[in-house]
Amino acid sequence: MAWQWFHKLGSPRWFYEKTSRWLTWFAPLSVALLLVGLTWGLAFAPVDAKQGNSYRIIYIHMPAAVLSLAGYYLMAIAGGIGLIWKMKLPFMVMQSAAYVGAALTALTLITGSLWGYPTWGTFWEWDARNIFMLILLFLYLSIIMLGRVYPVREAADKACAILALVGTVNVPIIYKSVDWWYSLHQPASIKLTGSSSIHPSMLYPLLLCIVAYYCFYTLSLILYTRQEILAREARTKWVSELVNTQSSHTKD
Amino acid sequence: MSQWEEPAPNELSISNLTCTREDRVLFTQLEYTCCAGAVLQVLGFNGAGKTTLLHTLAGLMPPASGVIRWRGESIAGNRSYTRSLFYLGHQAPVKPALTVAENIQWLARLRGQSPSAEELCSALEQVDLEAYQNTSCGHLSAGQKRRVALAQLYLSAAPLWILDEPFTAIDKEGVGRLQQLLATHASHGGISVLTSHQPLRLENLHTLDLAAFQPDEACAYV
Amino acid sequence: MSEQSTVTTSAWRTIVARDLKLIWRQRTDVVNPLVFYLITITLLPLGVDPSRQFLGSIAPGMLWIMALLATLLSLDTLFRSDYEDGSLIQFQLSAEPLFLTVLGKVTAYWLTTGLPLSLISPVLASMLALPDGGYIALMLSLLLGTAIMSLIGALGAALTVCLRAGGLVLTLIVMPLYLPVLIIGANCVGSAVAGFSFLRELALLGAGLAIALIVMPAAIAGALKISANQ
Repeated sequence: MAWQWFHKLGSPRWFYEKTSRWLTWFAPLSVALLLVGLTWGLAFAPVDAKQGNSYRIIYIHMPAAVLSLAGYYLMAIAGGIGLIWKMKLPFMVMQSAAYVGAALTALTLITGSLWGYPTWGTFWEWDARNIFMLILLFLYLSIIMLGRVYPVREAADKACAILALVGTVNVPIIYKSVDWWYSLHQPASIKLTGSSSIHPSMLYPLLLCIVAYYCFYTLSLILYTRQEILAREARTKWVSELVNTQSSHTKD
Repeated sequence: MSQWEEPAPNELSISNLTCTREDRVLFTQLEYTCCAGAVLQVLGFNGAGKTTLLHTLAGLMPPASGVIRWRGESIAGNRSYTRSLFYLGHQAPVKPALTVAENIQWLARLRGQSPSAEELCSALEQVDLEAYQNTSCGHLSAGQKRRVALAQLYLSAAPLWILDEPFTAIDKEGVGRLQQLLATHASHGGISVLTSHQPLRLENLHTLDLAAFQPDEACAYV
Repeated sequence: MSEQSTVTTSAWRTIVARDLKLIWRQRTDVVNPLVFYLITITLLPLGVDPSRQFLGSIAPGMLWIMALLATLLSLDTLFRSDYEDGSLIQFQLSAEPLFLTVLGKVTAYWLTTGLPLSLISPVLASMLALPDGGYIALMLSLLLGTAIMSLIGALGAALTVCLRAGGLVLTLIVMPLYLPVLIIGANCVGSAVAGFSFLRELALLGAGLAIALIVMPAAIAGALKISANQ
């Protein structure tokens, strides 16, 4: 009996119907949080003494970096749950997390290079974090690619889950080895301000931005998963009923 | 045929089996029991799920729902079941760069057997390939390659044979011999499950038509 | 108990023996990675700068990168023919667990690509004017590193075996996972050339091989179970 909720969690229909209700308050909340956080950071936080206004991109860059790494683990855990308990929903979450995660990693790389130009004088610097993010993007892309080229959906999900799980073993190793490589080849470049020395008036909007990004990540993951559910379950009864009621609503 | 006496009789029972491909239901609520000494021919139109059924029976893929039991025990994760099974798919697992004898040997060893030279010779004789023992399989025709794979059957001590289209690319005489082999296997209490498009002349032949287990329109997709 | 262990060694041995025999009869295929290694190393000085000083400075990294690409070259065929002729199904239904058979395949693969690559690397290293002191480190690090890369690459090959044009996906899957091996391996040679001890890097590679030996056979077996039945 205690496991009933867990198996319910595996039902795409249950997820779809529950999230329909959640989204009514969760979507406005996360958008509002994001707007407040970014406005605070980009417009009202004080100017940095060394970097001037260009540092403000941290409010977009840093939360994206945090989430692209966390998102990889979320994706792998979802894949693992799907493999072990043979449920459909976790696989859909995994596929959605791959797309959202890849987008966030790309955003991290782009904002990072935009930030790098005024700071380092170049768009691309062989910095440990840069390389790690690029490799993370490759890891995401490999899972997206594998999922797309497989002929059978079910097999694609399982294959992606195995790759994601092997990736979780490898991600810390990649992170450590890139870091170690960087410490051997460190070029003379400007060190970024350490997070410990950051002033509270800059830190608070950053923390808010991280929270807002978490909410926004969850929101986009839910939206993407809902779309994935509809696409995959298109031929089932409940989806066609849903479409019928929706279209009759719009007619009224 | 088996080296030791088994307390439980050979019996393969399928209960409430549903198999899917992608999200399409191939067949559903399949119930069947094969007793010792039976030869079961699986029938069905193209795409009815014959190969999927054989793969599922061999434990190569899990069914969408339902249970398959061998001697009363579920086959899921059952290693002793894998050992009492011989499966031959529609391709022949024969390496062109190896000789006929070498191909038979690695296949047998993989299943934990080590056939002696005499056993190997007599098996090759049965499939009319004794002259080709040291010929590289790359020089053989498709039917001959097929027969190299079928020679495994003469070495196999497994009580359950699952054969996917065993008669393809084999000449008339070969078909007759294979039918005879199936009859011998059945007389020893073994079970054979096979697909074939040609009618078989066997005493204990049972047929299972997958067309009878098609899903209703309403639950064709899961 | 003893019978059990003889059975388990035999699946591994059967496959290693079979694959070595197969590869030996189709030797031209095996030579491909070695030829690729040789040609790229030959092209390198022609494309950049043949001065010994410059070559010596990039040699550790280049030898490693070219070895990595050479192992990637033949990866696609690792499970291909076994998939096409139905041998993979026989592997799955063999008397022993699939990961042992898979380990046999990877062993034979490494013996015919990683091992010869490591053995000829000193010759190529001398062509690239690798400074003295780097040779032992190069060979040892390649021996360990190619073993790890074979295990990782086999996972990629297993995941893409049922795809008709799996080559590109295979590269995309395998490359990021190879990265730590490349970094540690190239640094192993680099620190040996600089006159430092390279035992730390070798130990890291050894640890990596231990992890790969634990994680990968099961993952490869799982991947094959998924893709073999397509």
